[in-house]
Amino acid sequence: MTSQVSRTAEQADGAVVGEQRGPGGTKDVRRLDRVIIRFAGDSGDGMQLTGDRFTSETASFGNDLSTLPNFPAEIRAPAGTLPGVSSFQLHFADHDILTPGDAPNVLVAMNPAALKANIADLPRGAEIIVNTDEFTKRAMQKVGYAASPLEDGSLDGYSLHEVPLTTLTVEALKDFDLSRKEAERSKNMFALGLLSWMYHRPTEGTEKFLRTKFAKQPQIAEANLAAFRAGWNFGETTEDFAVSYEIAPATTAFPPGTYRNISGNLALAYGLIAASRQADLPLFLGSYPITPASDILHELSRHKNFGVRTFQAEDEIAGIGAALGAAFGGSLGVTSTSGPGVALKSETIGLAVSLELPLLVIDIQRGGPSTGLPTKTEQADLLQAMFGRNGEAPVPVIAPCTPADCFEAAMEAARIALTYRTPVMLLSDGYLANGSEPWRIPELDELPDLTVQFAQGPNHTLEDGTEVFWPYKRDPQTLARPWAIPGTPGLEHRIGGIEKEDGTGNISYAPANHDFMVRTRQAKIDGIDVPELEVDDPHEARTLVLGWGSTYGPITAAVRRLRTAGESIAQAHLRHLNPFPRNLGAVLKRYDKVVIPEMNLGQLATLVRAKYLVDAHSYNQVNGMPFKAEQLATALKEAIDG
Amino acid sequence: MAETSTEGAGTIEALTLVPKAEGRQSMKDFKSDQEVRWCPGCGDYAILAAVQGFMPELGLAKENIVFVSGIGCSSRFPYYMNTYGMHSIHGRAPAIATGLASSRRDLSVWVVTGDGDALSIGGNHLIHALRRNVNLKILLFNNRIYGLTKGQYSPTSEVGKITKSTPMGSLDAPFNPVSLAIGAEASFVARTIDSDRKHLTSVLREAAAHPGTALIEVYQNCNIFNDGAFEALKDKQQAEEAVIRLEHGKPIRFGSDLSKGVVRDAATGDLKVVDVTADNESRILVHDAHAASPTTAFALSRLADPDTLHNTPIGVLRSVDRPVYDTQMADQLDTAIVQNGKGDLATLLAGGDTWTVVG
Repeated sequence: MTSQVSRTAEQADGAVVGEQRGPGGTKDVRRLDRVIIRFAGDSGDGMQLTGDRFTSETASFGNDLSTLPNFPAEIRAPAGTLPGVSSFQLHFADHDILTPGDAPNVLVAMNPAALKANIADLPRGAEIIVNTDEFTKRAMQKVGYAASPLEDGSLDGYSLHEVPLTTLTVEALKDFDLSRKEAERSKNMFALGLLSWMYHRPTEGTEKFLRTKFAKQPQIAEANLAAFRAGWNFGETTEDFAVSYEIAPATTAFPPGTYRNISGNLALAYGLIAASRQADLPLFLGSYPITPASDILHELSRHKNFGVRTFQAEDEIAGIGAALGAAFGGSLGVTSTSGPGVALKSETIGLAVSLELPLLVIDIQRGGPSTGLPTKTEQADLLQAMFGRNGEAPVPVIAPCTPADCFEAAMEAARIALTYRTPVMLLSDGYLANGSEPWRIPELDELPDLTVQFAQGPNHTLEDGTEVFWPYKRDPQTLARPWAIPGTPGLEHRIGGIEKEDGTGNISYAPANHDFMVRTRQAKIDGIDVPELEVDDPHEARTLVLGWGSTYGPITAAVRRLRTAGESIAQAHLRHLNPFPRNLGAVLKRYDKVVIPEMNLGQLATLVRAKYLVDAHSYNQVNGMPFKAEQLATALKEAIDG
Repeated sequence: MAETSTEGAGTIEALTLVPKAEGRQSMKDFKSDQEVRWCPGCGDYAILAAVQGFMPELGLAKENIVFVSGIGCSSRFPYYMNTYGMHSIHGRAPAIATGLASSRRDLSVWVVTGDGDALSIGGNHLIHALRRNVNLKILLFNNRIYGLTKGQYSPTSEVGKITKSTPMGSLDAPFNPVSLAIGAEASFVARTIDSDRKHLTSVLREAAAHPGTALIEVYQNCNIFNDGAFEALKDKQQAEEAVIRLEHGKPIRFGSDLSKGVVRDAATGDLKVVDVTADNESRILVHDAHAASPTTAFALSRLADPDTLHNTPIGVLRSVDRPVYDTQMADQLDTAIVQNGKGDLATLLAGGDTWTVVG
């Protein structure tokens, strides 16, 4: 069972604790500091649900955790095939962790395809629980196993548990009036029960969940509960599982407060509702379904009692169009999408730049180009967010760095949009969107004040003394123009995408005016007040690793490993990509070497090199998956030594 | 137009939530200070004057009126109205107006668009606005040509049209905007002509009173690139034979001495134009704009000959009550509060499963 104990190379984010004998039971109970479990099966096997439930149990137990769902774009890919494998990885610990983990300590493989697709990620000594019922000759041939991997010795280096999960599930449900096929469907709950026993997870949450989910089909609810309990009991009684594990709650890792588990898309949706409340503006979401952003539309549409209007448009363009129309009317206008949708929305974003109205554009990035990898993660929309429009059309860009951080990022995007009357791009990604972690629920009085003042009356005096309203007369500090919403008497005005005269907003084709307006719009964005970049550099290192967005977890974990191994490395992470923090140039120049890991081919590096003439080194991965900490640590070590 | 009573709007169901003007309004109140820059002789001038002249009749607070347009000659319209306005991007005005109207039910929202803007680049938004039945009034200026880009054929141009982009004649079959709108589940569809101010105003009046999306196709002359496109409907002598003036509840008759009429062909169920006789007079179709089925309205929209424009119906082809999108959207918000109480952010953020860490 050595695999259950953190190996030296992975100890950097936590210490191993000893083992002890369980007080009451006959089986050994060992204490671990952290575990990485991966559930894998066919995309119809319910692995995401199983992972979600295990996560909820783990969150309510008080461990720190981080998750990585990974599933095919097809709803039901051909059964038993490698492309059809769906998995859910969960890393949980008694201390502060940052990533879903590099290599699973435990793999639950519901069929040969799941084993084959995941075995390469497992370190020797890891535990593998396989559903032997699915290891038929045909199923093994389908994925290219000439001989049974359970018998040919290829798994000798692992701790293999052969469990006939399907048979045991069907047996456990024999008293129910269910067909064999129906009974088999509960095998994921049997697996969940077994793993819940192995790791001493609380079960009340899952029992309550199943009763609620199948409230209208009590027999199905009871069958799933029976399978879940049978899995637990199987672990307790069978000799195959001699040991169970305890991972203590991560009490010291967290500041005091009330916590919950939250995914990135949920945190983002909540952040938008919170921004609406803090701004005292109704929220209007115009959106078109697209993976992996649709959950934001789903979530917000459930909260109409907050005055939230959600509009599922006929296309991406109408989604942002409606949001912009609502913004003209005084709503907090939001559109949510992924990269292909941003491409379609580009012209409307340009219009919003020209109209200078607040608007939030949420891009949950996925693999590209074109349709790309809809369910996989990538950070390759940064340059699209920065430059993907005709003309000089600067847009502020911000990025959350963890799933829970999506809440604050949404509020920050709203602050910038409302203060500066501009569209704002928020770049999340598939990894943040679907991954989850514990979140300290903020007190409402901690939330920023986002209230805005609509224009109420004339803001300009003509030479003849007439008081008039000029829609493009700017606030001298922020360069923001007044937001005068329809229904305000005396401020009737017309705005449009044609170049406007400074001040009056009337159509103007005058060369000097256009030059001035282009520069002014740029100056407004360049002048946005963003916090200075903080650098974590306890040892006066010579190498800086700079990241943005969802690479925060893997980069931080890699930096911890390096420092534990005695290396000096500084770390900084950008939330604001446009404008950059004022001190970024000075920070970069303090280091001999700057390394920028990105899940693209070097987009931030391109920006940094262009703006600061710094020879930043790019480290890139575009395989649809987040970086692994060990891989990054190796790359950074090479940079330090190189 | 002279000053008009401001009492009208109070009785119009579609506008009950829109604040009324305090004093009497005149056409002048709706003219902005911007110089109108259409080509001299453009049909748009007549439409602008008709709209500006009609607005005082509605008696709405002008700050609660918004004109939204796309791109094209017609889309300059908002600049000339002294209301709120947005000149947006090509084809997208219905989408933008949908967001505005569905979030602000206290506004009277008008969309001004053209045949290229509404039916080519913006075709998708138009049909979806119509099926949703958002409270929008859409004025579609149809001149059967692209004017602003200097004279290419449009989606309503007749087949074989010789233009700069079709020197050997256009190949595309044209859209009939009225047929298209009826097919897109529009609850209100009308057609009128730029030069017939009285008729245009009467159609505006009915559209304004309609709860939901109203589409008004306005035949509009582009005197630069497609001059005389609707001459058959404008020339007094020709028009008598060509134009079918629809009035709800009245037999559909036209021509000199109302000698022609529309009857249903018993064999096919389709409509056809006949010379009225003592024998068939009782079979002349009576126009029912409020018929639940769109079938007859659609058949009426197909009567016109696309080349000669003979048998062109004008007036309100269809006007039926259907649930209005923005009303229902607001109702769902109210219902959600009744069912779940007014949203409480702290409760929402806490969710169901929490744990507490004490210091």
